[in-house]
Amino acid sequence: MDSLQSYLTIAAMLFSMGIYGVVTRKNAIAILMGIELILNSANINFIAFNRFGGMQNLDGHVFSIFVIVLAAAEAAVALAIVINLFKNVGSVDVDDADLLKG
Amino acid sequence: MMDNSNLTLALLNLFLPLLSFSILILFGKKIGDKAHLVSLVLIGGMLAIAIRFFSNVFHYGAEPILETSIQWFTTGKFSVDLGFLINNVAAIMLLVVALISFLVHLYSVEYMKDDPRYSRYFAFLGIFTFSMNGIVLADSLVMMYIFWELVGLSSYLLIGFWFEKESAANASKKAFLTNRVGDIGMFIGIMILFFEIGSFQISGLIEGVQNGAFSGDMTLLTIAGVLVFMGAVGKSAQFPLHIWLPDAMEGPTPVSALIHAATMVAAGVYMVVRIFPILTPDALEIIAYVGGITALIAAIIAITQNDIKRVLAYSTVSQLGYMIMALGVGAYQAGFFHLTTHAMFKACLFLCSGSVIHAMHHALHELKDHDTDPQDMRNMGGLRDKMPITFWAMFISTLAISGVPFFSGFLSKDAVLAGSLSYYHHHHGWSLFLPIAGFGAAVITAFYMFRLIFMTFFGNSQNKDIYSHVHESPFKMTFPLILLATLSFAIFFTLPSTINPFDSHGWFTHAVPMVENVAGLNMHEVEEGLHHAHHSAMMISLAVAGIGILMAILFYLSKSIDAKKVANTLNKVKLYNLSFNKFYIDEIYNILLYKPFLAFSWLCSKLDWDLYDQKFIDGWGWITIKLSDKSGEADYNWLDQKIVDGCGRLTQYFGRNLKLTQNGVVQNYLLGGIMGLLLLIIIFQQF
Repeated sequence: MDSLQSYLTIAAMLFSMGIYGVVTRKNAIAILMGIELILNSANINFIAFNRFGGMQNLDGHVFSIFVIVLAAAEAAVALAIVINLFKNVGSVDVDDADLLKG
Repeated sequence: MMDNSNLTLALLNLFLPLLSFSILILFGKKIGDKAHLVSLVLIGGMLAIAIRFFSNVFHYGAEPILETSIQWFTTGKFSVDLGFLINNVAAIMLLVVALISFLVHLYSVEYMKDDPRYSRYFAFLGIFTFSMNGIVLADSLVMMYIFWELVGLSSYLLIGFWFEKESAANASKKAFLTNRVGDIGMFIGIMILFFEIGSFQISGLIEGVQNGAFSGDMTLLTIAGVLVFMGAVGKSAQFPLHIWLPDAMEGPTPVSALIHAATMVAAGVYMVVRIFPILTPDALEIIAYVGGITALIAAIIAITQNDIKRVLAYSTVSQLGYMIMALGVGAYQAGFFHLTTHAMFKACLFLCSGSVIHAMHHALHELKDHDTDPQDMRNMGGLRDKMPITFWAMFISTLAISGVPFFSGFLSKDAVLAGSLSYYHHHHGWSLFLPIAGFGAAVITAFYMFRLIFMTFFGNSQNKDIYSHVHESPFKMTFPLILLATLSFAIFFTLPSTINPFDSHGWFTHAVPMVENVAGLNMHEVEEGLHHAHHSAMMISLAVAGIGILMAILFYLSKSIDAKKVANTLNKVKLYNLSFNKFYIDEIYNILLYKPFLAFSWLCSKLDWDLYDQKFIDGWGWITIKLSDKSGEADYNWLDQKIVDGCGRLTQYFGRNLKLTQNGVVQNYLLGGIMGLLLLIIIFQQF
């Protein structure tokens, strides 16, 4: 089971689940969780390629760590946006935030 | 080198007055009432140079004092030169111009005092003197023509110097336009000579005629000569273009003395003197008759004029007629002699009249009388005791112009009359008119000049108030009078050869020798004729001068003949009115020239406005408006409404429909993005 394909499969599954969550959930918090899944699927890919790609350095690992830091920052900003959203609209349902409607 | 210094002097002589003009026109405002100092110094320098040139005259050589020229421009084979030709005639003329110009400048200091355009007046005098010197110095007809127009311009400026007065503005225009008529003829004449001979130089023209440039066709040379002479007809106020000169008296009186008596009007005579050798006998005959008619007609008009300056103006026209007649009959020397003597005594007469007018004007000013005409002799009378210097100067110059022995006019007029008499002896027939005109004009001249003297200075004052306020003019004005009156004595023209006042053989006759006429006139014959006619002419002219003076005494001094009664008697056949109204020449021109011209102009304007402008031009406007209407309609209905608005509507339609996709739900957009991405991946997989 210790092969590139199995890692990529898991990453693809995580990615798809993340997309599904982002597109279908109405709750803003749930959407954020979907985004986390997508980011983590990317992390898995980085590590997997680093290991099975025959590279002697730790580039993939470093990249993953950056992504994790980025994800933390993103979560902080996004949660702040959600709180503001709640204050303005009165719910965290993204369907209610339709000011961009043409 | 001698020649070089002469050239420098000639250049200085020409350009000093121009310098005066430039300084005063550029800095006149700053210099203000010190303007006369600038011009007096510069014109004084010019006078010194003129005297220096004049001193050469006594060498009695026929060789020119200075003859030099430089190339101005070349076109094709022809080159046009500018240069100086100073012979004895030019040197004498230079002195006449410089002397009178200087005296007039001096006189004007007082006469023009307090004029608001004081410095401009002296500037104009400067440019006039410059232009006049140019005419005198010019060695070619084209250069002479340039300066000819320049004196015309300065005369225009000075006649219209008081342009606030409508009559002065009109007079300046009249002078300018009348001169144009003559100048066109002169220009054509110069061009004929140029195309036949190929030179503008006077010496070149004489040589050309001598070498037979016109040998096959003397008529053409006659025509050319008469055409060039037309310039003199205009400038020297000869019949029928004399009408501008009396009106030119609207200018300041010193200007009348300088320009319209002594120098500019004599330029025509001077020009004929210069081209005399190439004038054919036929052309000279025409010239003689023009001069004769002018002398007689102007003298007759002068009898009845009451304006002191107008009498002098007609007298000038008449005397210029004498000079022209003298040249026409071949008495070249006499014509130029009369020019010189006339310049002195006529300038004196004008300056004297200026002095009288000045005094009258001041008297009227003190009396606050603005209606009385200070120039009308009927308002004067008895001024002799009040203005002794002016009276004596005017009296002396009147004696000179009337042809009384011991005075310069006697000698020169006698020579002119001898010329006309000898012409009759040679030609008979109609040429009898010339001596008749000459002697007739001499009687009349003596008569009207003494009439002027008696009306102005003798008798009882017509108006006691004015009389008591009249004063003699200050020294700056009387000095020129004294000097010019002195120069009216015959002795200054006959020294050193003779002091006999009846003998005109002095330095002048030596300095101005007879010239050869290369166009066919036998000058030896003329000279012989003059010599024979001399004595009879002198006797007759003495007699006629006496008659004229006697008649004036009877009419205006002793009043033993009532002038009014004679006038009324003459008027039964309208003779008095004929003279008083100047032979109706202005009126005749009005009917024959101006009125038809104005009618023609009116017709032209009618055609232009009513037909061309109103119908044709406006017609095009109408068509354009109609076309624009149609084009505007088409533009709006088709292009604007259909095509431009169509594009707008199409855009609006798409916008309205596509708007629906923007529902504000971010997830929809994201879904769209992912779908698109998948689509792209699937598409790229195919390759």
